Amino acid sequence: MDITVHERIRQEVADNPVVLYMKGSPVFPQCGFSAAVVQILSHLGVKFKGIDVLADPGIRQGIKEFSSWPTIPQLYVKGEFIGGCDIIREMYETGELQQVLEQKGVPVRV
Amino acid sequence: MAMDAAMIERLIKESLPDAKVSIEDLRGDGDHYAAHVVSAAFRGKTRVQQHQMVYQALRGRMGNELHALALQTGAPED
Repeated sequence: MDITVHERIRQEVADNPVVLYMKGSPVFPQCGFSAAVVQILSHLGVKFKGIDVLADPGIRQGIKEFSSWPTIPQLYVKGEFIGGCDIIREMYETGELQQVLEQKGVPVRV
Repeated sequence: MAMDAAMIERLIKESLPDAKVSIEDLRGDGDHYAAHVVSAAFRGKTRVQQHQMVYQALRGRMGNELHALALQTGAPED
């Protein structure tokens, strides 16, 4: 993988507690899977940085290699890849997502 | 760009021979599937790792020919 792309991603997920790589923006998601994760995070009152992969082909490809994960969206908390849409949805439903966020020191609205 | 359900099941079973796989074609368009995969190989693995194992079994097709595959994975209960 392009070393600068890799480095940019690493920096981004290190600098921001919660980062969502997605299609479109948090206000205008361009894919139902991305929209679903935005909705969950918003519902939990979690502040996050959304990164639109459609705006940057290098990041769009690079993020898949970075995490060995073939699809978008991808959620990172404190630098750690947490999952894509299915996993986030499942974790939200079981309450595990809220736990992980709190354990990592991210405030969640209950 | 579509893939049939039997092909998805075959690829998963090639990598995870003990897997119980059920696949549903969500829209009947051969492009949006939901798969439920149960395999002893998932035991002790995180969900991310389990899904990565399935993606690996699909050898790069996920995100390309295969647009949408909602995954649910787990180890068999004793």
